[in-house]
Amino acid sequence: MKFFFHIGRYFLMIKYTFTKFTKWSVLKKLIFQEIEDLIIGSIGIVAFMSFLIGGVVAIQTALAIENPLLPGNLIGFATRQSVILEFAPTLISIIMAGKVGSYITSSIGTMRVTEQIDALEVMGINSFNYLIFPKIISLLLYPFLITLAMFLGILGGYIASVYAGFSTSFDFIQGIQLDFKVFHIIYTYIKTILFAFVLATIPSYHGFFMKGGALEVGKASNISFVWTSSVIIIINFIVTQLLLA
Amino acid sequence: MITVKNISKSFENIKIIDDISAVFEKGKTNLIIGQSGSGKTVLMKCLLGLFDIDEGEILYDSQKFKKDNISMISDLRKQIGMVFQGSALFDSMSVIENIIFPLRMFSNKTDSEMIIRAREVIKRVDLKDVDHKFPSEISGGMKKRVAIARAIVLNPKYLFCDEPNSGLDPKTAIIIDKLIQEITIEYDITTVINTHDMNSVMEIGDKIIFLVEGEKIWEGTNKEILNTDDKMINDFVYSSELFKKVKLIQKK
Repeated sequence: MKFFFHIGRYFLMIKYTFTKFTKWSVLKKLIFQEIEDLIIGSIGIVAFMSFLIGGVVAIQTALAIENPLLPGNLIGFATRQSVILEFAPTLISIIMAGKVGSYITSSIGTMRVTEQIDALEVMGINSFNYLIFPKIISLLLYPFLITLAMFLGILGGYIASVYAGFSTSFDFIQGIQLDFKVFHIIYTYIKTILFAFVLATIPSYHGFFMKGGALEVGKASNISFVWTSSVIIIINFIVTQLLLA
Repeated sequence: MITVKNISKSFENIKIIDDISAVFEKGKTNLIIGQSGSGKTVLMKCLLGLFDIDEGEILYDSQKFKKDNISMISDLRKQIGMVFQGSALFDSMSVIENIIFPLRMFSNKTDSEMIIRAREVIKRVDLKDVDHKFPSEISGGMKKRVAIARAIVLNPKYLFCDEPNSGLDPKTAIIIDKLIQEITIEYDITTVINTHDMNSVMEIGDKIIFLVEGEKIWEGTNKEILNTDDKMINDFVYSSELFKKVKLIQKK
């Protein structure tokens, strides 16, 4: 029953987020601030992780296909498919659930503990809209991060396989062009937008409705990560089943 | 003036506020006192609409406080200033940004007009050289002053203070109490203060209501509270050695 209570309260929170809007001049500043904190602040980690993951995928693929009868462009092809379809959107989103999600939960949770949310409500401000809406809007730029992750993942794969001698530059580039389907990119962006919404709202929910003190803020961040990453995996499964199966 | 008529509030079938009626008068510092857990904060949160009441009604002047009347609540809240126990300043904003915040949300003033108004209230609460500091960089007493400045920047009709001097040394606590009392008179507002500090009661208790386990058991002024025969009040008022000695001297 408690599970359904949380689901209901989560959807009510979403509803309240899109009602009684904060003054646009204030909201605009908040959105830019969130873009800086959530998107620009994540470029470094996303770039670092994607580049290395792409490299690892290429090396693992190369080591798994030692058969000389298999074409040389297979490494590039497998790297592209793995990075575009799964590693960039899903794995980076799980990493972001840890980085951005924990940040959102702890910042909103701290505001709850220190009565800053009460202060907003006493002033007659819709705290849901004030705190959550700018996060949702700023995370609409999340596909930009995933595009960067896709590019750097494939670049990492290219560098790892070419410079480690697993593939030639020509073979790898031919591989990443082989049997390219635009729909795979559309599928990735559909997933990415859904993940962005999850990344903005589930951690906000856990921060917003937490009770207790500083210790509970830490616990809420932990629970928030577990739920956000679980929901990302579930959505990934459903969307893949619906769009690719 | 705020009128409270027979309000009750329960949490999980436990009555926290039980049939309280009171009038909080304009231009006076109205104190809600009682031991920890007596329901002071819940009563204040009910007055502010942060908690829904189970029974009774709350009137702001002649206006009935109805939680489902969103436009009325929204208008009313612009007339309310609140000083929270922990000050509740926004960590991400500097002192001046915290004070300007209500103006930015609810007024059509230009940036320079907002800064002028913020500087007026900063001066009124006797703050110096803190405009661009962040809440984490100033003392507890300064935080309270900033919280008071933020609460009065929109010229509210009602001021609520939840234990405004908790965590402060006795001297600063009295200064903050006096500041609230001066502002109450100067702005002619209805001020409601939650406290369990007897110094506050003696210094600024124009009107006092005393709560025990969610029930109002006494109402009066700071002069009357010293001379009451009610045992529960005397146990509370004279719980400290200092006040016991004061009573002894008074008797002599």
